[in-house]
Amino acid sequence: MTKPLLIENARIVDPASGTDQRGAVLIENGRISDLALGGPVGVPDDAEVINANGLVLAPGLIDMRVFTGEPGWEYRETLASAGEAAAAGGVTSFVMMPNTMPAVDDGAVVDFLVRRAKATSKVNVLPAAGITKSLAGKDLTEFGLMREAGAVCLSDGRNSIQSTALLRTAMSYAANFDMTIVHHTVDMSLAGEGVMNDGLFATVLGLKGIPREAETIPLSRDLQLAALTGVRYHAAQISTEGSVEIVAAAKKRNARVTAGISINNLCLNENDIGRYRTYFKLGTPLRSEDDRRAVIEGLRSGVIDTIHSDHDPQDSEVKRQPFAEASIGAIGLETLLAAALRLVHSDDVPLLTVLKAMTSRPAEILGLEAGRIAKDAPADLILVDLDYPWQVDEKQLRSRSRNTSFENARLAGKVMRTIVGGETVFLHKD
Amino acid sequence: MADTPARTSGDFPPFRQRHLISIADLKQHEIIDLLDRAERMVPVSRQERKSLPTLSGKTQINLFFEPSTRTQSSFEIAGKRLGALVVNMSVKTSSVSKGETLVDTAATLNAMRPDVLVVRHGAAGAVELLSQKVGCSVINAGDGAHEHPTQALLDALTIRRHKGRISGLTVAICGDIANSRVARSNLLLLGALHVRTRVIAPRNLLPAGIEHLATEVFTDMEEGLKGVDVVMMLRLQHERASGKMIPSVREYYRFYGLDAEKLAFANPDAIVMHPGPMNRGVEIDPAIADGSRSVITDQVEMGVAVRMAVLDALLSGDQA
Repeated sequence: MTKPLLIENARIVDPASGTDQRGAVLIENGRISDLALGGPVGVPDDAEVINANGLVLAPGLIDMRVFTGEPGWEYRETLASAGEAAAAGGVTSFVMMPNTMPAVDDGAVVDFLVRRAKATSKVNVLPAAGITKSLAGKDLTEFGLMREAGAVCLSDGRNSIQSTALLRTAMSYAANFDMTIVHHTVDMSLAGEGVMNDGLFATVLGLKGIPREAETIPLSRDLQLAALTGVRYHAAQISTEGSVEIVAAAKKRNARVTAGISINNLCLNENDIGRYRTYFKLGTPLRSEDDRRAVIEGLRSGVIDTIHSDHDPQDSEVKRQPFAEASIGAIGLETLLAAALRLVHSDDVPLLTVLKAMTSRPAEILGLEAGRIAKDAPADLILVDLDYPWQVDEKQLRSRSRNTSFENARLAGKVMRTIVGGETVFLHKD
Repeated sequence: MADTPARTSGDFPPFRQRHLISIADLKQHEIIDLLDRAERMVPVSRQERKSLPTLSGKTQINLFFEPSTRTQSSFEIAGKRLGALVVNMSVKTSSVSKGETLVDTAATLNAMRPDVLVVRHGAAGAVELLSQKVGCSVINAGDGAHEHPTQALLDALTIRRHKGRISGLTVAICGDIANSRVARSNLLLLGALHVRTRVIAPRNLLPAGIEHLATEVFTDMEEGLKGVDVVMMLRLQHERASGKMIPSVREYYRFYGLDAEKLAFANPDAIVMHPGPMNRGVEIDPAIADGSRSVITDQVEMGVAVRMAVLDALLSGDQA
């Protein structure tokens, strides 16, 4: 049994309750046993005391979209290395996408992941179970058995289900088990051979474009099916102005739909591709600056519920290729928080809104206890220096892969300490 | 301009670029400099002993990931007329799954210490990527739908020789703009030289944002050809496009093929160009292709001169 831990003199920022004030938190047995805002807290004699010196104490981040390489591509990322990166980035739980080898489409694989993560990862790994076998978009998986094994939601990850009929069946069946469907909407025939946002910049580079409608058309379909079936539906990652409008309209009629966005689409745009920089080739393409402004407004207004890293480790072999032939994806666990704080520092989105999208909203969507600072909640916490300046150096990152979309970026804000279940799993060293 | 043979490249100031990847990298004066150099190369190919010693002792590798008869032989002849040792390499596959990556190939060739690589690849940006991994000059001989800079230069030289000038002309580029690297390089080059550019194509063969790259955009051939000085036709990849991008070749020819009737809308002295290889009866009437206003064979001749000039400029310039 570990000693009680007191964090005092902290600026407690808890989006779930809307709290932003000085206080102290007492942690016992992996949970928050007491919370004092302003007033005194009863401290056991043997407690270890941390003086936060006014740093922000927030719930640990819950990242809803992370790809690892384990099982199948361990040289890209393991649960252990992803856990290291997550801890350093203040991510105390992440939803692991099922695009592994073998794919997470069976209770036994979910069970393996849960056990393996417990043994090797510093943070909580929450498996997403595939909606279809081998994520091939053909046959349904065993939703109930995978939920029993520990799956927190259903998703085909970066694959998108094309059949409307199959999707309807999947949604009805998921509603049966009250599981959230997290779906990445891509009309594959419309996206075609496209590799970046459709527009002038793609034309200048001679690259095939992916029109925005390849995202909005299936998104409209999904939202209609969600209303039809009553499922809890989460649009995995949207990127366009049109998608924000579609989700906003759907939310007026249906409280069970939510939407997520990748930090890349909030912070970057298509021009970052420059001269064929493949780290900016992403599953949801970087869009125009107008789209970026629109999704920031969508986040601010609450249309977009969650922000995730879309952490997707890829090795140099598959990235050092001509743009059209390179793999998609960028890592992001370690830079998620600092990149998101850009929106706070630029006065685009308030701190509580940004943190809410990475803590209490994902927790609500997934039905987790974590993601808030409250009595009896799990002690998954981060201490953050909101203004700490640093520059991303890919060699310093803890992921096994180097494909960061924030290479050399100057960021402000860093996690100083990450606590998972009452244990410190990361401590910043200067 | 009088056809005086080039003596040495020393007649020109040093060319400051190491590679020729994209017309977008060139300043206006560099484009004109290359055209002037090419002009001086034209007579070399017309004299009995068609050689200059300027690249003697240099090694040129033509690395073609996409098959090409005319561009590859044009570069080969250009290199040989300047005295370079020219090696042709055709690489059948360019995809990752089939073995060696592009970067591996670059490293292998680089170790053979060539002075210049002439590269064609099916993927946009591939030549740029390769240029970052080698220690020699790299010339883009076509990368996907991105650029084909020597084609744009030879087109400009052909126009200048026929029209006596380039600035102030109106040039129409017609056909499959969306998939054409020739169109992109030409729009950039002609734009830099203050030419009024028009693109003419059915909507579905026009790429997004094209209105920012061309002065005017037309979907009607007769409308678009009114008063132009130059008509550039593009090859339609009809094997790939038919049924997908366009319904049929005969419908395409009816509305977008260049025949005497449509050409009548252009200026009476307008010239007709085509980068080749031509699909006679698809994008162009054979009678026009082989007629008096066609300068298509001149383009081929200017191709050798331009490539000699580019090789000479890159390899004899100041290199840091």
